[in-house]
Amino acid sequence: MKGTNLGEFEELVLLTIAALLNDAYSVAICDELEKTSGRAVKLGVVHSVLNRLEEKGLVKSKLGDATATRGGKRKRFYSVTSAGKASLLKAKEVRDQLWNRIPEFALKAI
Amino acid sequence: MKGEKPSYPPRWAERFLCWYCKPELLEDLQGDLNEYFERNIKSEGLRKAKLIYIIDVIKFLRIYTLRKPKFVDLLIQWIMIGSYIKTSSRSMVRNKLFSAINIVGLSVSMSVGLLVIAFTYDLCSYDDFHENKDRIYRVVSRYQQSDNPAINLASTSVKAGKTIQESLSGFEQLIIMRNGFAGDAVIGENIVPVSGIWASESFFKVFTFPLISGDPNTALKNPYAIVLTEKSAKKLFGTSEVLGKEIKFDTTNYIITGVMKDIPKLSHVKFEVLISFSTAEIKIGKEDPNFLAWGNIWQNYVYILFDEKTDPAAWQANLDKMNKEEAKALTTTTIDLSLQPLKEIVLGPHLSNNIGPSMTPLIVWVLAGLAFVIIISACFNYTNLSIARSIRRSKEVGIRKIIGASKSHVLGQFISESVIISLLALLFSFGLFLFLRGQFLGLNPFIEKTVALDLSLPLVVQFIGMALLVGVLAGLLPALFFSKINVIQVLKNVSALKVFRHITMRKALIVVQYTFSLIFITTAIIGYNQYKSFITYDLGFRTENILNIRLQGNKSDQLIKELTELPEVNEISKSLMITSVGSSHGADMKYKNPDDSAMVWLNMVDEHYVPLHEHQLIAGKNFSLRPKKGEESEVIVNEQVLKRFDIAKQDPLKAIGEVVIVDKIKLTIVGVLKDFHYGTVEDKIEPVMFRYSSDEPGGYVNVKISSANLPATRSAVEQAWKKIDKVHPIEATFYDDRIEDAYSQFSVMAKVIGFIAFLAICIASMGLFGMVVFTTETRLKEISIRKVLGANEGALIFLLSRGFLFLLALSALIALPLTYLFFDQVVLSHFAYHQPIGAIELFIGAGTIGMLAFIMIGSQTLKAAQSNPAKVLKSE
Repeated sequence: MKGTNLGEFEELVLLTIAALLNDAYSVAICDELEKTSGRAVKLGVVHSVLNRLEEKGLVKSKLGDATATRGGKRKRFYSVTSAGKASLLKAKEVRDQLWNRIPEFALKAI
Repeated sequence: MKGEKPSYPPRWAERFLCWYCKPELLEDLQGDLNEYFERNIKSEGLRKAKLIYIIDVIKFLRIYTLRKPKFVDLLIQWIMIGSYIKTSSRSMVRNKLFSAINIVGLSVSMSVGLLVIAFTYDLCSYDDFHENKDRIYRVVSRYQQSDNPAINLASTSVKAGKTIQESLSGFEQLIIMRNGFAGDAVIGENIVPVSGIWASESFFKVFTFPLISGDPNTALKNPYAIVLTEKSAKKLFGTSEVLGKEIKFDTTNYIITGVMKDIPKLSHVKFEVLISFSTAEIKIGKEDPNFLAWGNIWQNYVYILFDEKTDPAAWQANLDKMNKEEAKALTTTTIDLSLQPLKEIVLGPHLSNNIGPSMTPLIVWVLAGLAFVIIISACFNYTNLSIARSIRRSKEVGIRKIIGASKSHVLGQFISESVIISLLALLFSFGLFLFLRGQFLGLNPFIEKTVALDLSLPLVVQFIGMALLVGVLAGLLPALFFSKINVIQVLKNVSALKVFRHITMRKALIVVQYTFSLIFITTAIIGYNQYKSFITYDLGFRTENILNIRLQGNKSDQLIKELTELPEVNEISKSLMITSVGSSHGADMKYKNPDDSAMVWLNMVDEHYVPLHEHQLIAGKNFSLRPKKGEESEVIVNEQVLKRFDIAKQDPLKAIGEVVIVDKIKLTIVGVLKDFHYGTVEDKIEPVMFRYSSDEPGGYVNVKISSANLPATRSAVEQAWKKIDKVHPIEATFYDDRIEDAYSQFSVMAKVIGFIAFLAICIASMGLFGMVVFTTETRLKEISIRKVLGANEGALIFLLSRGFLFLLALSALIALPLTYLFFDQVVLSHFAYHQPIGAIELFIGAGTIGMLAFIMIGSQTLKAAQSNPAKVLKSE
């Protein structure tokens, strides 16, 4: 099933949401991603990923309070659900396992 | 941020986003875009920020953001239709007057629309029964002689057909046809006159006319072969099984090689019999040396059935080449051939020598325009009355909205209400259409011959389509108005609703309606008056009580002998043609200068013609010699001839005895006629001559009758005719009737526009009536208070009707000058001779409409002004 596997970008977004804690809305996620990964991130891409994550049940969202900025439109704040946490952990586990299997010298050679 | 104006993203992009985006995603998305927009203003500047915004909006158009069409919504609309019908019908029953105005107005106007649709549909479906209709083209000619205006002809030369047949390729079949076959068919004892056309053997391969009996491939191959229609076979033999029988025309026997099914009404080619073209080649080719000349383009028609691969537009190049080739042999004339698609023959440009009916698309557009104006006028009524009465319905809309109806639901409700009304109106208008159809067909024999206006399924579908369109058109504005109603405002205080906000628009609609009504009625009146003046125009000679009898090939002497025995007959003369009714004959005339020749209109007459018609001779005398055909030496001319050739310095007395050359014959001028109208009054008076001939079997006998009982005399004349010709029925018409016929198109126009005017006035009056009733009802309280305070009835009537009368005056101010200019500059400039437009004609229509409107306004306002204020004010 596709639902349980995370794509690379999906994982990044999910991690960013988790890292931003209570301030995770689309534009902030975008900025944060740009800052940490150093690559240009398009809003449209982030949006569609967020939408997909929500469909998969990995994140949930709620509308915040209206502010004077953003033309009076409310922000949609995202938070990671327990299913999201689980799939993040699982992804990390998979990587860790693989990392552990690599002998130290092999890495040094690179 | 002092002095900095807040800047907004482009409005239309925002709207577009709102339109396509799912509502649950919309707010967040808008916010994000706004945030980026503000950032971009700082970093990139306003213009670029806007551009980025637009690009982003378009980029966000993805499947997951797209609003899904809501089936639930549609379902709700569908479920609610029952409720809509119920409330609509209740409101219709509650307001009987307004509903009646709406339904009657719409149905009357729509019946005209139906008529126009049926008429256009018939014209468009002409020749549709031919299987290869898209590949059939006709070769048409453009003929120009020296500097005269070019004539476009539907006909072409036999030579053109033959040359194409033999030397060109790219087509499957080609027909050469020649019209004008007429003769008396002799079958045993019976003699029956029949007419038809000559057609070459591929006739049945190009056109789809199924044969009942006979072989379509060979039926028209051999000389003296004849194909009958089922109808003419029954007429001649009483049965349709006539294959192989013989028919005798004059001295020649024709063999029937086929019987075809009757020609459909909507076919431009019509005939009783078809004769093989090889017959014409033998019979006419022998007598007429010009039969195969390139310039003989008057009676022959060529139809080509192209290959499926051939592009006729490109194929035209072949004809152009042929035109150039043949032009070498021509000196003063040019003849250019081109192609005309079969479907443009009936509904296409006007061509001379056309076979079958033809109608320029302009006429259809004008008719459609008239119908459209009438329908729009009725729609205005609906719009006006619905919005005016919106106070009563607005509470219902408010409640609906509170229960959960969205804007689109309300829109749907009111559109469906107007559609229901227009469908109801369609029922009535269909009945009216059936009645109008008979009237329309009876207007003019041409119309009856051209169209059938029979009902068919596609036609009915179009009718319903029109009704739906009218419903939407009429209901759109009120529906928009209702859907925008503010619920809280309406439920708190109905009178706060800004019903009168659209008052200017409604006034404008009334002015438009009345302007059109006035234009129509004035046009009809002026047109009719002009028509009357045409038929009573002083033509320069007398036409009263003259019966013209067409000789139809008979010897005139016998007929004259019979006629002189009738006591009512005073004088009898003979002529080739009848002047002043639009037909003409011409011949080239030369005077002293051999290079200067000009066409002079011609009539061949005998010595009694001039006195019988009381033509005035200003010099000279009537014909004195009685020469045989071809030996004549005298001519009578009119003043214009003297002017054209400057004969004897235009002095009529001195012109007598001068010699002119006509058709290589020297003719001496023996008389000079006062100018008279040879053509219709549309044409200027031009040079005319009378030549002597007492033997014109194709011409007319003019009989002057003095009798109190014209019908009885006419039947006596008919008896006399039967003695000399038992086969052909008499063709006799009074001169005055012929003149009336010549202008019948104008009387038809006047009748049609008069009818349209009547409808427009009815609809406009009903609308005005509705508005007056509404205004007086809503102002009843105000009137009562004014009355209590001492206003008298006269002042109140003036107060109430002032506004409406102003509107009427305004529309008269627009309509009358427009109509006057239209007639003065456009219509009457086509007529060389016409009466000026009278002030009475111009104002009588406006006066009538004004009176009508005044009676309506007056009666309603009087009712309001007379109401008892105590009763009105009590019920507060």
